[in-house]
Amino acid sequence: MSGENAMNKQTQGSAASSNADAKNPVLEVKDLCVSYGKVEALTDASLTVGEGQIVTVIGPNGAGKTTMLSAIMGVLGSRGQVAFDGSVEGVPEVERMVARGMTLVPEKRELFGEMSVEDNLVLGAFQRYRMGKRDHAQTLEEVYALFPRLKERRSQAAGTMSGGERQMLAVGRALMAKPKLLMLDEPSLGLAPLIVREIFRIISELRRRGVSILLVEQNARAALQVADYAYVLETGQIAMQGPAHELADDPRVIEAYLGLGGKHQAMLST
Amino acid sequence: MDMSIALILSQDGITNGAIYALLALALVLVFAVTRVIFIQQGEFVAYGALTLAMMQSGVLPATVWMLVAMGALVTVLDGGLALKAGQGRRAASVAGWNLGYPLALAAVVGGLAVNELPLAVQVLLTLAIVVPMGPMMYRLMYQPIASAPVLVLLIVSVALHIAMVGLGLLFFGAEGQRTPAFSEFSLELGPLMVSAQTLWVVVVSVLLIVALYQFFERTLYGKALRATAINRVGAQLMGISPTLAGKLTFFLAAFIGALSGVLIAPITTIYYDTGFLIGLKGFVAAIIGGLASYPLAAVGALAVGLLEAFASFWASAYKEVIVFTLIIPVLLWRSLRSHHVEEEE
Repeated sequence: MSGENAMNKQTQGSAASSNADAKNPVLEVKDLCVSYGKVEALTDASLTVGEGQIVTVIGPNGAGKTTMLSAIMGVLGSRGQVAFDGSVEGVPEVERMVARGMTLVPEKRELFGEMSVEDNLVLGAFQRYRMGKRDHAQTLEEVYALFPRLKERRSQAAGTMSGGERQMLAVGRALMAKPKLLMLDEPSLGLAPLIVREIFRIISELRRRGVSILLVEQNARAALQVADYAYVLETGQIAMQGPAHELADDPRVIEAYLGLGGKHQAMLST
Repeated sequence: MDMSIALILSQDGITNGAIYALLALALVLVFAVTRVIFIQQGEFVAYGALTLAMMQSGVLPATVWMLVAMGALVTVLDGGLALKAGQGRRAASVAGWNLGYPLALAAVVGGLAVNELPLAVQVLLTLAIVVPMGPMMYRLMYQPIASAPVLVLLIVSVALHIAMVGLGLLFFGAEGQRTPAFSEFSLELGPLMVSAQTLWVVVVSVLLIVALYQFFERTLYGKALRATAINRVGAQLMGISPTLAGKLTFFLAAFIGALSGVLIAPITTIYYDTGFLIGLKGFVAAIIGGLASYPLAAVGALAVGLLEAFASFWASAYKEVIVFTLIIPVLLWRSLRSHHVEEEE
């Protein structure tokens, strides 16, 4: 798929179901539209996340990446179709999506700042607890095994931790729900290079454990390295898509997203 | 004034202060979780006291019909939604809780000679009637506008308060009621006679506050309510729905209100509109805590209770004025020392 006609909607349409590795799609989004008043922030976005896949959505600021995740999660109203784990949602609704195994780590983390790390984590299992699956003590140990730092700080107030620790807490809290699909919105935003590397290490580790991941990132190089499949979102539309390693070699992607900052980002992500 | 009068006034002050503390805690909780200023808290106090009084005089309390009516509305709304979505089992459970339960309760209260039952059973029946009105009220009046500005929610509260006072007049009449004390004994502490009811009020209040603390610190549902108060978006992403949090909060607030009413009914004569003043004093205490701090609200409640007791001795005609004037220096002090706290990120 070359640069110019990737912007062409027809090309995009024919390629809409081309995430061919996704044999058992966990998430299938078709023609999702979101508008803020009269402004359409997301137009006919379609994407697929297969079981055990890491799928990334890259794109510039304001392209609609966060909007898309919010709409899939049901935080924002939308038009279109979201099929999750085999059944179609008319309009997704947050509590239902959480109950069915989808979690979102939002860009702003949205932690419970005055509560302890452990309380934050345990609340991640609230929906499971409510449905009668009261295994959060065990899940907690698993999350602590993945993030030993959180265990050290278990009784500290979440709001007093560093940015990286808070991001880990946000991811850990999401994992407490034992999600089938984990959606991460800019997990590396505002973090020091070492922490970014740590976060991406954890993302690949999660895939090894069978969690499907939808990753939205501005750090395109790191995202393309870790992902199986990638979409480029520009001004509310899917502009390009393809296997992550192919997109990483695409001249247009290199120019727009990997170009000048590429070497710097490469240092951050390896 | 000599020592014994001061002691008696302090006793009064602490008794009332304990009740104000409970009400203030409920107000802070409701505001933190739902942003609703729960003005009709006082009506739950009056409904609790007067429902118990009616049972004791052998009349079927009309509040039970109010519960049936509210339950029927909830059933129509939620049951209808569930049926539309094809969730028959859900519709059945909605109808069971919101229609079956009030009707069963009406049958029990109407069928038994409630005035001959032991007091404890009467109190339980009173709570069983009044408390579910809390979550039902949230469902009917607040849930559809849960994201409205605080001012709109406040206006709804004012309207509900006025409606509940009017209904109270209809249900209970204009006569004041006082129920017999829970137990007949008194404790002599030096010059001070402590009545059994005072002990009941203080002990039950303290126990309830401890229980609430445990609920918020130890249980996942309690933590979920705290989480909603701290970060609504974050809580929603954990699957803690604002609706669930709102109903649970209103349940607790209605429980605290109705129980307070039952506790003070033997001490004070309660009229259909007495609740408002009691609730407002709880509100003053909650304001002292900035509508956010539970311990400060409790301390404020004790201060309000003591001030009221001493004011009624020195200048009884002005006692309400003095208590409510307290709010001015408090607001002044709060606005002078409050500093803008940066939100996390």
